Amino acid sequence: MIMINIPSTFKISFRALRVNKMRSALTTLGIIIGVGAVITMLAVGKGASQKISEFISSIGSNILMVFPGATTAGGVRMGAGTQSTLTLGDAEAIQRESPAVSDVAPVLGGVAQVVYGNQNWSTGVTGTTSAMFTGRDWQVATGRQFNEQDVSSAAKVCLLGQTVVDNLFGGIDPVGQVVRIRNVPFVVIGVLEGKGQSPSGQDQDDVVYIPITTAQKKLFGTAFPGMIRMMYVKAKSTEDLSSAEKQINELLRQRHHIGQKQDNDFTVRNLTQILQASEQSAKMMTLLLGAIASVSLLVGGIGIMNIMLVSVTERTREIGIRMAVGAKTWDIRLQFIIEALILSMIGGVAGIVLGVSSSQIISMIFGWPTIISAVSIVLAFGFSGVVGIFFGFYPAYKASLLDPIEALRYE
Amino acid sequence: MALLETQGIAKTYRLGDIAVNALRDVSLSIGKGEFMAIMGPSGSGKSTFMNVLGCLDKPTEGRYMLEGVDVAHMSRDELATIRNKKLGFVFQGFNLLSRTSALENVELPLLYDGLSAKERRQRAASALAVVGLAGREGHHPNQLSGGQQQRVAIARALVNSAPIILADEPTGNLDTRTSVEIMELFVKLNEESNITIILVTHEKDIAAFSRRRIFFRDGVVVSDETVR
Repeated sequence: MIMINIPSTFKISFRALRVNKMRSALTTLGIIIGVGAVITMLAVGKGASQKISEFISSIGSNILMVFPGATTAGGVRMGAGTQSTLTLGDAEAIQRESPAVSDVAPVLGGVAQVVYGNQNWSTGVTGTTSAMFTGRDWQVATGRQFNEQDVSSAAKVCLLGQTVVDNLFGGIDPVGQVVRIRNVPFVVIGVLEGKGQSPSGQDQDDVVYIPITTAQKKLFGTAFPGMIRMMYVKAKSTEDLSSAEKQINELLRQRHHIGQKQDNDFTVRNLTQILQASEQSAKMMTLLLGAIASVSLLVGGIGIMNIMLVSVTERTREIGIRMAVGAKTWDIRLQFIIEALILSMIGGVAGIVLGVSSSQIISMIFGWPTIISAVSIVLAFGFSGVVGIFFGFYPAYKASLLDPIEALRYE
Repeated sequence: MALLETQGIAKTYRLGDIAVNALRDVSLSIGKGEFMAIMGPSGSGKSTFMNVLGCLDKPTEGRYMLEGVDVAHMSRDELATIRNKKLGFVFQGFNLLSRTSALENVELPLLYDGLSAKERRQRAASALAVVGLAGREGHHPNQLSGGQQQRVAIARALVNSAPIILADEPTGNLDTRTSVEIMELFVKLNEESNITIILVTHEKDIAAFSRRRIFFRDGVVVSDETVR
């Protein structure tokens, strides 16, 4: 029967490690760096994919974007005007006739100067309908949304983003005030709640929204009446996305009188799919970074094995004495395995501290979001333990096979 | 029944193509409470015989009965248990663990016997008292004289109440006066506790403390004399 005295074995191991403090510390360093790298890399990767997920939910889920023109046929671009093919009528038709679509938000806008009192601010002014906000779950912080009346009557009202409010109104409540956009007076009816930066660093709050009809008639009108720049279409569900795309294609081809062999004069882009793909690739990236960091943990483990082999050789005589007084195979093995385990576990704990703090530092210096998950900590710590046992086993095995007589004679 | 009994033990080493017969047909019987010295020139086989008696080495041939049990063909771990419970070792070079207190050195065999820390400490302390080192429990080997170190080693051999102590040139590293003290300790243990003591030495003065002397030459016992 194997009788193992774990607390005493731990005590012996600790003492052996203390004898060579510098050596133990350097060996542990390998594991510290390995565990730290794994945690940091996972935190960076997780932060990136989290950011993408947030962006997906910020643009709203199940969104399709419809753009005019930009198509080529046999390398030749279609004539002028093909890029201004989308109209408010198209948007209304999609809303009316496509069963897979829940909301359609037409967009027409440009950059314009917004003036309030003696303050001015240049920003993107976007004409749209209330569908823009319902589709993206975007609420007003104060005031009210556009209503049907505002759109149908082309009312001169506007909604402001938080950044615009900060730049034009120093502490004054903007709701009810009049701002001038390209010298046209608009009544501020509401302020949108803050949405923060997009992943590309764009300030999503630096915006002014006005009714689409007002944009067409007062600010960004062109020779084509009813023209819009693009539209956002929200499908009823994720499953409806592809059928919505198909329905929009059919409907617009029909409305634009496009023949069988002609190319579309519009483009439907499925942004959700693109983002989901990039979310997927961010996850792959996390995995890849984690795998690369694991290599350094492995190298740390080899360091432990190396030092344990040296230690076994140095302590051959001690092993001989222990065997002579009755240490069995597993008593000896366990002693060295526990030593390796202590090295790797201390490295694991210190590595977690290093990983967590370096993640914070990366966040602070580079402004990258990092997320430290409990899973990654448990994983890295567990992995370091496994590394200790795995790389400690061979030296321990070697020690346990020593011949006691030879070992006692060893100088 | 003899405490230790070897029947036709032989030990052959192979050095390349040459077979070296370190022991040839050694049959001996050692009773409880004996104090025996094994003597002989170097290379005579006395150390090999001690290693076999100490269950550190297995004979190539023959039987070795320890308290009536044949241990010649036991496994490594079974032999370790025998060494732990039945045998105490005292070496020429003391073989104490450095950077480890006297008390912990003495505790060592008990550690592998699975005793609780408290019991280990008590028994180790009383074993140190028996060898006259009470009060030096916390000293490390490098803080003790040669004689004191050998006493710690003897305490380690005693701590598990083993019936047999095997001493391989226990006074080889000690001066004459200390050697006598150590030998007197062995005599005391033999007489008062009836512990069987088997001692390897090449010094006649040391062997004189024993009551039975065996001479080895070329792997065979050439004489076996009991005095007193």
